[in-house]
Amino acid sequence: MSTADVEAVWRIESARIVAALTRFTGDFGLAEDAAQEAVAEALTSWPLAPPANPAGWLMATARRRAIDAIRRRAALQDRYALLAADVAVDEDIDPDKIDDDVLALMFVSCHPVLSPEARVALTLRVVGGLSSGEIARAFLVPVPTVQARITRGKKTIAAAGVPFELPPAAERRERLGDVLSVLYVIFTEGSTATSGDRLLRPDLAYEAIRLARTLAALQPDEPEVHGLLALCELTAARFPARTAPDGSPVLLDEQDRRLWDFLAIRRGLAALAKASARGLGPYGLQAAIAATHAAAPSVEATDWDRIVVLYEALGRVAPSPVVELNRAVAVAMASGPAQALAIVDELIALDRLPGSHLVPTVRGELLARLGRRPEARAELELAARLCANQRERSVLLRKAAALS
Amino acid sequence: MPKYLLIMRGTDESNAAMMADIDEMMATTRQFIEEMVKAGVLLAAEGLDDPSQGVVVDFSGEAPVVTDGPYGETKELFGGFFLLDVASKQEAVEWAKRVPAARGAKIEVRRVPGSDEVPQADR
Repeated sequence: MSTADVEAVWRIESARIVAALTRFTGDFGLAEDAAQEAVAEALTSWPLAPPANPAGWLMATARRRAIDAIRRRAALQDRYALLAADVAVDEDIDPDKIDDDVLALMFVSCHPVLSPEARVALTLRVVGGLSSGEIARAFLVPVPTVQARITRGKKTIAAAGVPFELPPAAERRERLGDVLSVLYVIFTEGSTATSGDRLLRPDLAYEAIRLARTLAALQPDEPEVHGLLALCELTAARFPARTAPDGSPVLLDEQDRRLWDFLAIRRGLAALAKASARGLGPYGLQAAIAATHAAAPSVEATDWDRIVVLYEALGRVAPSPVVELNRAVAVAMASGPAQALAIVDELIALDRLPGSHLVPTVRGELLARLGRRPEARAELELAARLCANQRERSVLLRKAAALS
Repeated sequence: MPKYLLIMRGTDESNAAMMADIDEMMATTRQFIEEMVKAGVLLAAEGLDDPSQGVVVDFSGEAPVVTDGPYGETKELFGGFFLLDVASKQEAVEWAKRVPAARGAKIEVRRVPGSDEVPQADR
């Protein structure tokens, strides 16, 4: 058994181990620490003596560590606490409840008492089984920052007395939105890194997809879960065509659609079908837009009218300036740049997306199509100054230079 | 994440052993599939029909020759596959170790390269 073997078992089992431990200790932070200690022990002992049942070994060891920790605490406090704790840990793990445990773990990691960064870090750590190092690499932050977010997150949850249970049915749909948005943040970071020198972080995006699939398996009756999964699958299907061999971005109109992952498209369409049982929500609508692109043989042959309609629907269900901007792009394709420019100018007049490089990017493209080259160039140069992703920035500068 | 194909390679004996209690086999397989679905790693899973229903298209000669299955001298018969989306080869192997397979069967674990790894013709 090598380190990689231990990691493989951990990846498959970690969520269930942490979830089951949390249920019988009632302490999320303790459960996570005990599980981490068990892995550390596995890393030293498995290469010498591989266990027959690695998952069971991890669970038993983590459980022992949790009991030790409770005993240590209890000894410092009083004997009553020890007795009370022992009753709690003597309960056996009920395999039938494990699915609910993992789902509860997702809800706890994405709890509204946590900052968005802590939700992302905790979800990747305790549900995804990623190490602090892996999370730090994915988000381009120092390892101690990730560790601090995880520690603070666990403390916040303990201090707020967040119970380890599924939210009541009435609250669940509302809280599910938090879980979905955390998964989408993780996916988006993987699909277009906000900063740094790489456009894609596929590992992070695929981890988000795996978690979305898990959520869809645990919550099969929630259309928006399937909507999010469909959106992620359909977006990821384009990854192979989105970067050139040298890592530079390839824009939609230049992508070789033969490189799109047709199996991922099929999975996305299947998920989208499940999402539309009762009309589409915000993720489902975005997935429907992605599906329209996926069905088109080229940019010209894309059903842009349908995309405009879908953006209009999205603007009603989940209004946002980014949706408006995207609608403008679709309108430009369906009805020409002049109409689209009016939408963008209104966004600017209302100062809806201050500081975003996307507004001048789109405005620059529209002006270029209208033949207003000096203005277009100025907009694209402004966009490049505002853009934090190096790959995207160099594309903008190239486009600006081409207009002089 | 890389994709891996887990190919079930049964023998006549292991296939017979599985078929001996078909309900049990179906139930444990369903449970295993469910576990992979809940882990978010399963992309596809199919079982193959009886090898005697298959045909082999043989390219040894000048023109392809079609003969009925099974596969001549091969002792191991492909019985089905799982396509997984996992983080590492070790994770694929870990899932392969959990496949409810009859004694004597083998499971081949093969990596499915991404399209960016396949040499591309001029586009």
